[in-house]
Amino acid sequence: MVWLTGMGLALGTVMVVYLLWVIFANGITVFWPKPVQLVQLKADSVFKIGQTNQIAGAITINREISDRDDGKREFQFFVGNKDSYGFMYKFIPQDDVKELSLPKNIMVAERLEYGNAIFFPVQLNLGTNKVVASGEPNFVAEIHRVVEECNARREKYTELEKKDIGRINNAIRKIDIRQKAISASNTEVEIQANASLTQELERLTKEKADWVVEYEGLASQAEALRLEQKKDTLTYRLATGEIKTQAIGEIVDIYQPNQFGLWDKIGFFVGHFWGFLTENPREANTEGGIFPAIFGTFVMTVLMSVAVMPFGVLAAIYLREYAKDGVFVRGVRIAVNNLAGVPSIVFGAFGVGFFIYLAGGTIDRLFFPDYVASKVPFFGTGGILWASLTLALMTVPVVVVATEEALASVPRAVREGALACGASKWQTIQRVVLPASAPGLLTGLILAMARGAGEVAPLMLVGVVKLAPELPIDTVPPFIHLDYKFMHLGFHIYDVGFQSPDSEAAKPMVFATTFLLILLVVVMNLAAILIRNHVKKKYSSSAF
Amino acid sequence: MTELMKKPAPTNQTAPLQTESQALGKAQATTDQIENHLIKVSDDFSFWYGKNQVLFDLNLAIPNRKVTALIGPSGCGKSTLLRCFNRMNDLIEGIHHTGDISISDQSIFDPSLEIISLRKKVGMVFQKYNPFPKSIYENVVFSLRVSGRTNKALLDETVERSLKRAALWDEVKNRLHESALGLSGGQMQRLCIARAVANEPEVILMDEPCSALDPIATGKIEDLIVELKENYTIVIVTHNMQQATRISDRTAFFYLGKLIEYSDTKTLFTNPSEKQTEDYVTGRFG
Repeated sequence: MVWLTGMGLALGTVMVVYLLWVIFANGITVFWPKPVQLVQLKADSVFKIGQTNQIAGAITINREISDRDDGKREFQFFVGNKDSYGFMYKFIPQDDVKELSLPKNIMVAERLEYGNAIFFPVQLNLGTNKVVASGEPNFVAEIHRVVEECNARREKYTELEKKDIGRINNAIRKIDIRQKAISASNTEVEIQANASLTQELERLTKEKADWVVEYEGLASQAEALRLEQKKDTLTYRLATGEIKTQAIGEIVDIYQPNQFGLWDKIGFFVGHFWGFLTENPREANTEGGIFPAIFGTFVMTVLMSVAVMPFGVLAAIYLREYAKDGVFVRGVRIAVNNLAGVPSIVFGAFGVGFFIYLAGGTIDRLFFPDYVASKVPFFGTGGILWASLTLALMTVPVVVVATEEALASVPRAVREGALACGASKWQTIQRVVLPASAPGLLTGLILAMARGAGEVAPLMLVGVVKLAPELPIDTVPPFIHLDYKFMHLGFHIYDVGFQSPDSEAAKPMVFATTFLLILLVVVMNLAAILIRNHVKKKYSSSAF
Repeated sequence: MTELMKKPAPTNQTAPLQTESQALGKAQATTDQIENHLIKVSDDFSFWYGKNQVLFDLNLAIPNRKVTALIGPSGCGKSTLLRCFNRMNDLIEGIHHTGDISISDQSIFDPSLEIISLRKKVGMVFQKYNPFPKSIYENVVFSLRVSGRTNKALLDETVERSLKRAALWDEVKNRLHESALGLSGGQMQRLCIARAVANEPEVILMDEPCSALDPIATGKIEDLIVELKENYTIVIVTHNMQQATRISDRTAFFYLGKLIEYSDTKTLFTNPSEKQTEDYVTGRFG
């Protein structure tokens, strides 16, 4: 029996460890730089790109060819240059490879579009007249300098477009909604007859014109900056011989992986991992970072916890402390426990029906009549508030069950002690029972968070979107935007993995994002566990 | 009588000479009659848990500022009676009673009497020490807090006075704001006594207060009980007959829900009038 149970434990442990290892290994290697091979193909190979027999790329898979048993291997190369080749990955059997080499001067450029470029640099064109050839000693330093310059400029115009132009767009949008609301709820004749409406419309038109002037000023600034990005260009030659010229403004990062030492590699790894954590996604989410998704997941989980705790704890207190045991209470308890087993998508559908249409629609009708009149829902559409509430509802049973357990474990003697001191029932619960069961309550919260943070299906119905660079908490008043749609790590995994045009390119992102989702859940749980331990120490029950 | 019973030597567990105690018993019986009785159980008080009757036709009076011990084998109803005095049994569903209990000539079953004010008048110390998961200070002032007192000076004063009464002040005065759960068992039980006296009750009910403690802690609590009767009326349920002889002035022996014998402690232990009492106190059953 010992062996059987031990085997069960061992099997479980191995499965968990292996799962974490697969996610971790696949996710983390994305950020580790790989050397770029120059491949000489045999003259008769059918795997040529174009007419040349050269290809350059990093080996991403090295495996035995599965349908042959002769031990022959094949390589998958990441060849990049999607703008020229039309693909980024290519399988080449070992038999077709004549020679592999690691040329020192090969360069990789991460671009805003078309993914990475892998090439031999030819020359750097600074403006229209100055040229730095790749052979010159200051070429590498010079190109890094220009890339830095462009990155700084890009940051500037992104900031401009996002913050200032975003603010103006918001204002204009509000004016539009008011205008639409007026013209939708009044006929032309009515407006002309009503002096205050006419005035308001005129005032709005004027305000809008003012905004537009300001907008155009800023937009032309941004446009000028964007234009400047195209000033300097890099001319390079692909391994296949094609010569291309690329604006440096399109390049995010440039490096020579075959010259990396260990410390360069570690620096590259740290830098890219950090970028992944802190940047916005690019190119249909397959490149760049996932910061909005991390932030969205975090905010949603916190909102969910804030909503579910009072809800669940109060329900549990009623069930355990006040309700008289009877058919009704037993029924409620069974219902609550069954609620935990309801498929999560059902909650998503409920969220749409109840929160968005009913609650959100009602709020819009009562408080935002302009939005309703101009047919732009404000709360009547998916958003982070409804998503959090939907998940809160889904996790209520977890909290109720855990809280009930915790309340039941408070010794009867302690309750009697409080009552004997002249405390009322509510005072006893509030001052003695709840503090004593706080660790159990937090266990409930941890379980709820673990379930809520990883849920995707219901969120797709109630407010998660593929791309939402606007964060639900930012510096624009009123700072917390409960109506915003948001990004979520779980949905991001699904989206990148199964909805992106290039599944090969997305694969590493899937694992990296999964890894981060695990990391985020672990970090949030750890925080809750730390709080619980603190509370436990404070209120630790007496032992003999 | 008080002088005679006040300091029973804790080690003096053997019964004194028969003749001497008989004489004493008679003398005390007469003094008792003129003493004022604080708690009166009257009108054939009976008590039921659902259909199960646990107390039968009780009539007894508990004297003011004395220690009264309730003894008897397990299940004899002594704890139930004790818990009637502060209506702790109300927590249980399906209870009912006949007859009456009054404290200071007021019926505790009077519907106009608030149960909370009753419990402030009648403190209780439980079998298993049950400090709240709070600091020592907060434990003592709990009863004041729940009645809405927030005056810091009053609270501080209450803490000091109550802890001194419970003979705990010197041990904890430097760590009043640490968790009460870090105290030893005996200290926790004395803390519970301090908590009970903080309210200035008239009566302190003790439900086997030493059964979870070692002999040294038990000795301390017993000394404390004897001191406390200067100010409070104490009703104590105990299984330990030596303890009853050491600390109590009056003893009531219960058997199967009936009051078999009730007299001053010496008489009951040395010259019981009932055969059942004699069998119990001499250890022939129970």
